[in-house]
Amino acid sequence: MSSTVLFRRGRVIDPRNGVDGVRDVLVRDGKVVEVSEALLPVPSSAEVVDAAGKWVLPGFIDLHVHLREPGEEGKETVLTGCRAAVAGGFTAVVAMPNTKVVNDNAMVTELVLNRARAAALCHVYPAGAITKGLKGEELAEMGELVSAGCVAITDDGRPVMNASLMRRTLQYATMFDVPVMVHEEDLTLSAGGAMHEGAVSTRLGLRGIPASAEVAMVARDLVLLEETKGRLHVAHVSCEGSVRLIREAKQRGLRVTCEVAPHHFILDDRAVGDYDTHAKMAPPLRADSDVLALREALVDGTVDAIATDHAPHGVLDKLVEFEKGINGIVGLETALGLTLELVHAGVLTANRAVELLTHGPAKAFGLPGGHLAPGAPADVTVVDPDVEWTVDAHQFLSRSRNTPFHGRKQKGRVIQTWVSGLKVFDKGQVGQSKESR
Amino acid sequence: MRHLLGIEGWRRDELESLLDRAKAHLPGGADTTHVLRGKVVANLFFEDSTRTRTSFHMAAKGLGASVLNWTHTGSSVSKGETLLDTARNIEATGPAAIVMRHRSSGAPHLVAKHVKCAVINAGDGTHEHPSQALLDAFTLRQRWGALDGRTVLIVGDVRHSRVARSNLLCLRALGARVVLCGPPTLIPPGLEDMGAEVTHNLDAALPQADAVMCLRIQLERQEQSFVPSTREYARLFGLNAAREERMKADAVVMHPGPINRGVELAPAVADGPRSVILEQVSNGVAVRRAILEVCAA
Repeated sequence: MSSTVLFRRGRVIDPRNGVDGVRDVLVRDGKVVEVSEALLPVPSSAEVVDAAGKWVLPGFIDLHVHLREPGEEGKETVLTGCRAAVAGGFTAVVAMPNTKVVNDNAMVTELVLNRARAAALCHVYPAGAITKGLKGEELAEMGELVSAGCVAITDDGRPVMNASLMRRTLQYATMFDVPVMVHEEDLTLSAGGAMHEGAVSTRLGLRGIPASAEVAMVARDLVLLEETKGRLHVAHVSCEGSVRLIREAKQRGLRVTCEVAPHHFILDDRAVGDYDTHAKMAPPLRADSDVLALREALVDGTVDAIATDHAPHGVLDKLVEFEKGINGIVGLETALGLTLELVHAGVLTANRAVELLTHGPAKAFGLPGGHLAPGAPADVTVVDPDVEWTVDAHQFLSRSRNTPFHGRKQKGRVIQTWVSGLKVFDKGQVGQSKESR
Repeated sequence: MRHLLGIEGWRRDELESLLDRAKAHLPGGADTTHVLRGKVVANLFFEDSTRTRTSFHMAAKGLGASVLNWTHTGSSVSKGETLLDTARNIEATGPAAIVMRHRSSGAPHLVAKHVKCAVINAGDGTHEHPSQALLDAFTLRQRWGALDGRTVLIVGDVRHSRVARSNLLCLRALGARVVLCGPPTLIPPGLEDMGAEVTHNLDAALPQADAVMCLRIQLERQEQSFVPSTREYARLFGLNAAREERMKADAVVMHPGPINRGVELAPAVADGPRSVILEQVSNGVAVRRAILEVCAA
């Protein structure tokens, strides 16, 4: 049965197509059909979404998500991760390969894709490993991974410490034109560190991870990138030195893209407070000067995408000594609110914020979607920009609750999410509605 | 009931009142054997420590408490029990206070959030060692009366020293000037934010100091190349007879122990007339009695 939906009179923000104003958006059979300044006639059997006072946006795309399946289903599954994604307005997520079994072969890629098809909520794009078992020793079969459906390759969570191997990775990947996504951390500089090295780590007596642990690896990889003419995507950039190098590399025309996670542009290392493991992540929360530099880089185009690094963990992984606490926080359901904080603070325009969640990531990885021109996938996120709410981790649809943002006041929230023209999230409820199925 | 997780969080008047109380606990002072009578103090030591554990043990006994001694060796921790499980099990035996030593910074803070009794930090990782700082301050107050306007020079591995952090906070709170000295590899960033002055030149700093506190240099730091050798460390930062000459006539020498003789302190200096090292140890018991009295009574 054909599905037709008319989004009526919402503020459509579609940075790729230069649209920002009240429009009607008509979608049919999973595609955008028309975006019109004038009122469109209501087609028979169309579902009409009254979007007056709301924002009608391209569905958000998250380049950096840990779905934990296979292997750690107690923390998250493809299904629960997709539920969290659509609740956060994301219609597509890139799934990191550091699952247990590692996604370094087509069987794991296919398993993730099958689970995603069964969940039937949002698009899931697996990323394959750079090296077998993420050991940093031998290249995984990149050709096989790409043909099985991987859209990027990464050893995320770990750096490729061997520079020669990294050089070959960038060279080899040029055959498939996939981005090589890198977690930049010189392990000899970060060894034993539990948080950013600075005045706070000194006061708390925690071993620090200097910014140079990230910046030095970014520098190395940009040198290799220039030589190999490859394609590099720097994951979760956290500090000023990195954005400075990436900005300069972009100006010189290198094929480098990067992402920043909301926690890195909202919080600084003081959030560790009284040894709060919910503020423990890799890379760590940096100094306030780094936060300011990241915000500048979001504004000036150095940063291509806001990505959550959604990293679900169980209670017991965090209820331990700070040094023992596992890195990472969940992010899918708080990303929009935190991004809008920058809009409300006048740092980002609404247009730029939406670009960083939609067209920016789509372009960085060459993914479909991220805009609403006729013919584009009908992946749509409807946001109420004015509603005030409080983050409640107990209400998360993710299977995990590890967040430092519990109790934080937010303004602006996702109210509906549509994927391929089907309503998958509506006023707090996940699932495809019977009418639209 | 009150926790002592660090010097941080305590005001000057609170610290002073605690140090004043400690005077009553000196040998020959008032009878305080009833203060914790019928109560239990649990010593929870996840890291080896002889002098601090013994000192707390004697302090608790002296106040009439029973002492539960728990050490990590052969315990359920090696069977995978979490810190909180251990702490909650100890708590279930009903102590008035848990005295806790742990190799992770912040571990007592985690425990304090989840138990009802007082938690006293007996040294956590490279964070704080508040009872040591209090006994050091007590020793200096015995000499000087007040600490205002005095300069204390702390020399050595500040990066890995909980003693240095607690002393910095405690001495600053009590009005002293604190100068930290060591090679740049052993000085972490941001100490100025905590009120310290930092120097890498011991010879230049020595003549200004009213007290010089030498920190133990861990021998493994040399393997990790924080310093090239203990020999070079001793040459640049060791307090030897020649350097002692440069000190103020009445300046004192301190050390939290155990001493690497011939490395951070020459034997003649450690045992010389300026040394208050054994006074520190004796005062430790009185100060810890006062801590238990304030936190657990």
